Amino acid sequence: MIAGTNTIYIDGQEIPFTPGQTVMDAALAASVYIPHLCHYPGLPPSGNCRLCMVETGGRNVAACIAQAAAGQEIRNNTPELNAARMAITQMLFVEGNHICPSCEKTGNCKLQAMAYHLGMLDQHFSQFYQHRDIDASHPDIALDRSRCILCDLCVRASRDIDRKNVFAIAGRGIDAHLIVNSASGKLADTPIAATDLAATICPVGAILIKEQGYRVPIGQRIYDRRTICETGLQEHIAQQRRDQ
Amino acid sequence: MTTDHQFKRKIKIATTSLAGCFGCHMSFLDMDERLADLLKQVELDRSPLTDIKHCGPCDIGLIEGGVCNAENVQVLREFRAHCATLVAVGACAINGGVPAMRNYFNVQECLEEVYLRGSGITNPQIPNDPELPLLLDKVYPVSEVVHIDYFLPGCPPSADAFLQLLQPLLAGQKPVVSPSRLHYD
Ligand code: SF4
Ligand code: SF4
Repeated sequence: MIAGTNTIYIDGQEIPFTPGQTVMDAALAASVYIPHLCHYPGLPPSGNCRLCMVETGGRNVAACIAQAAAGQEIRNNTPELNAARMAITQMLFVEGNHICPSCEKTGNCKLQAMAYHLGMLDQHFSQFYQHRDIDASHPDIALDRSRCILCDLCVRASRDIDRKNVFAIAGRGIDAHLIVNSASGKLADTPIAATDLAATICPVGAILIKEQGYRVPIGQRIYDRRTICETGLQEHIAQQRRDQ
Repeated sequence: MTTDHQFKRKIKIATTSLAGCFGCHMSFLDMDERLADLLKQVELDRSPLTDIKHCGPCDIGLIEGGVCNAENVQVLREFRAHCATLVAVGACAINGGVPAMRNYFNVQECLEEVYLRGSGITNPQIPNDPELPLLLDKVYPVSEVVHIDYFLPGCPPSADAFLQLLQPLLAGQKPVVSPSRLHYD
């Protein structure tokens, strides 16, 4: 193989890749941050949050599912793409009910951290104020769909790692919502456990472990100390499992 | 001979708390001794701190709290009409905040729960004095009622964040919230 063939360029920086690797994986391996919420290295990508949109060949592609191709020139950290990412983030905020000061996830939340990263000062769009169901049936795990961003991470974690298939996303477009795979539709009637990946991977405050609230005070949490660009470069399922 | 400072009038600032908890105002006061410097350049108009009841022409208006009743709408429109620059301060002004948690229920349900069914109620009745402002169907962000020029997030924004907003505004520049000061909690 000719040296340099397996190279892409992100914002002019030369980045090696192995055949079959996605743009996202190649970028992360080279410590180049591409904003993302629904991607978690070690889980199959699903390409649904669209925050990792990058521009290549005059069109936008989701870096988490686009395969790297030799010589590809990619634009990532541009004002246009970051403006689009901001609009997507604002839409995620207004579609759900995100009252950060009253949320246990605040400071540890990736949606919030993404908004900080993009410099979001307001939500721009009108609030939806949707009524979404809470499921508090499980003794150890609470599910508040008000904060779910339908990233599909719990679905993939439960199916591919825990092998319990507890969650799914039903409905389309504005009717899309997270469902629980049991006859009653309640978490209590599934085999999910608090130590499962599906119970701990939620990037927002939709799936919370009970009786741990405010153990770490607000102001001393993950994104009070670090940015999502720093943490986003270090995540991997294998590491997440070791930390648990 | 006229000197520079003779031309320099004080910047007029008005503040109000709509559906908020006054936390943002408390944080404003947290500027402590820095307030003394600020007051050399600034004069307060309508504000809970002055008790002036109506807003005259102002340079800057700071709005704490979301819009939950008819009076809030009136006050907010008065501020928009009189303030050249209007700033939404704090989580409640920006997206409704904690008061907006009532938005998952309708007004009737809320009133019944609070005044008829809630615990410890002796003489259950829903207040209907004509002096009481009528509740809106939902608690709204201020930007859904009037145009807002700048947003200062935080619950509440810190005293430093207030300074970071006001200093450029007083100098006639655009304020920029630094990433390290950006917090929604
Ligand atoms: S899930 Fe995140 S963005 Fe939503 S309310 Fe909680 S901390 Fe805020
Ligand atoms: S519950 Fe959490 S992990 Fe599951 S889809 Fe919603 S936001 Fe994603």
